[in-house]
Amino acid sequence: MRYFLRRLGLFALTAWAAITLNFLLPRLMPGSPADAAIARLSQNGPVDAATRAAVEAQLGVPTGSVLSQYWDYLGNVVTLDFGVSYTFFPSTVASLVGSALPFTLVLVGLVTVAAFVIGTLVGVLAAWRRGTRLDALPTLTGSFLAAFPYFWTALLLLFFLGYTFRLFPTSGAYSPYTTPGLNGPFLADAVAHAVLPAVTILLTSLGGWILGMRNAMIGTLGEDYVTFAEANGLRSRTVALRYAARNAILPNLTGFGLALGGVVGGSLLVEQVFAYPGVGYLLYNAVTNQDYPLMQALFLMITLSVLVANFVVDTLYGILDPRTRR
Amino acid sequence: MTTPTTLPDPGGSESEHPAGAPDAAPPDLPTAAPPRWRVVTRGAGTVWANRKARLGLLVLAFFVLVAVLAPVIAPYGPTANDFARGAGPSAAHPFGTTAAGEDVLSQVVFGARISLLVGFVAGALSTLVAVLVGLSWGYVRGPLAEVVNFVTNLFLVIPGLPLMIVIAAYLQNSGLDMIIFVVVLTGWAWGARVLRSQTQSLRGRDFVTAAQFSGERSWRVVFREILPNMTSIIASSFFGAATAAIIAESGLSFLGLGDTTQVSWGTMLFWAQNSNALLTGQWVLLLAPGLCIALLATSLSLVNFGVDGLSNPRLREGSGR
Repeated sequence: MRYFLRRLGLFALTAWAAITLNFLLPRLMPGSPADAAIARLSQNGPVDAATRAAVEAQLGVPTGSVLSQYWDYLGNVVTLDFGVSYTFFPSTVASLVGSALPFTLVLVGLVTVAAFVIGTLVGVLAAWRRGTRLDALPTLTGSFLAAFPYFWTALLLLFFLGYTFRLFPTSGAYSPYTTPGLNGPFLADAVAHAVLPAVTILLTSLGGWILGMRNAMIGTLGEDYVTFAEANGLRSRTVALRYAARNAILPNLTGFGLALGGVVGGSLLVEQVFAYPGVGYLLYNAVTNQDYPLMQALFLMITLSVLVANFVVDTLYGILDPRTRR
Repeated sequence: MTTPTTLPDPGGSESEHPAGAPDAAPPDLPTAAPPRWRVVTRGAGTVWANRKARLGLLVLAFFVLVAVLAPVIAPYGPTANDFARGAGPSAAHPFGTTAAGEDVLSQVVFGARISLLVGFVAGALSTLVAVLVGLSWGYVRGPLAEVVNFVTNLFLVIPGLPLMIVIAAYLQNSGLDMIIFVVVLTGWAWGARVLRSQTQSLRGRDFVTAAQFSGERSWRVVFREILPNMTSIIASSFFGAATAAIIAESGLSFLGLGDTTQVSWGTMLFWAQNSNALLTGQWVLLLAPGLCIALLATSLSLVNFGVDGLSNPRLREGSGR
């Protein structure tokens, strides 16, 4: 119990540190949003003080001491008030994030779970049949696919399946002629749009799970208790799953927990290639348009969700491996 | 080798041997220890004996050679742009030309330099940090471990790509050193965490307890007793970090957040997408840079397979002969 309370305290402390870091980061960097806007304006001629004040007021550049800014910021974080987006004015940051989140959660979430389950099982098989073709094929293709840059796999699929053979839609999450909601035509259309991004993420993430599980299990296969179990004449499936795999799955489980936390951040590069309106694409747009309120809110949300996942994984670790509790 | 000396003794034993005291030399060291160069060549031989690793080393050597000899191999300069625009493959330009009239083959050849540089520098730096942090963090108990835990968690929770592009957005103009810096900043924590878990499970082993009771100092227990057992994990975390750095660099360049005037495989894809190479069907321009990134990254992963056998002889390929 003490272990969990301590973890909880640490979690709260880390969350506070992350929130504070998100506050400090833009203030540590040279320049401000107003500076960037004024730099663009000054290309057309000199900018006077009144224009500057107007730009700063329009962009909501914070006034007052850093401490009072920090206090306001903490209040805004608690009430989820992240202000108004620069690029999508007058939409609020919260509404923009709210409309992007469902697409990312469904697409990236489902693919992450599928990749973990398939990859881990293949990894177990590969480690158990180490040195055979059953090992070489998945580990070689897995590591080759994992080495592909996400965006390049996405570009290739887009080029061949999207443009050359016209099998799937090339951009967006649904066609403009469908009405979003729980109706047949929309769902079918959304699935068709999700196929290419989903296949991209699955192909590129599968190798990591296979290799992770295989390498960890090869470590446990060298342990005495596995040799002992084999010498005892236990069925090989029992040895592989109950002895070797069970002790080797911890690192993969850690990675899975963190990957689930990362789902909220979406898959930026893939979403960018397919113009898929998820969180990653929103962040990309915020960055390229220097939309600071949107960028800051997204970055905070992505960081905090990974943080929560990390906390859950740490807690599970304590349950699964009592040795770490000491 | 300076920080570990400050580690508290985890066993709580009071006996601190003064440095250089005669009895500090453990009597149970193998007397006929092979010279260091023999250990290195034997390790290299172990990796080379693995067929996958040999393939990886050959591919890696090929790219290193291309990068070093780039001015000799490339038919033109990487930024020479006085050729026909967007031309298909021909005798003069085997890979065709870009929409800006540059020779694609020359750009691919020179692009190897950036990827290798970023991969090896960022990979080595983040592995160094990961080893120092991970091993001491896994070995010590008490408040110091909690502080390290806190700092590492903070770095772990910050997702790499979003952090990189957010910093790039704030800085507006990021060069290669900035990319390396951010890759190391976000990359070391993973390795540190893996090494810490392994250290935690090793620190309770009998040989560690024996080393502690024989009065070895903490840094020696950590770096001479525990570290050699993790050679393969450290080596694989280096190759993993280098792969991640190469892919991160290409991703940032592809998004146009790096220096877009510098010729790297990532910026080639950035310009390819921006000049609609997808629509005009210039598939070589699309295929070549990405394939190079993938091949280089794969060669590093392949070397990793040979590394498995370093610390566990039973995993060596063909050791059953």
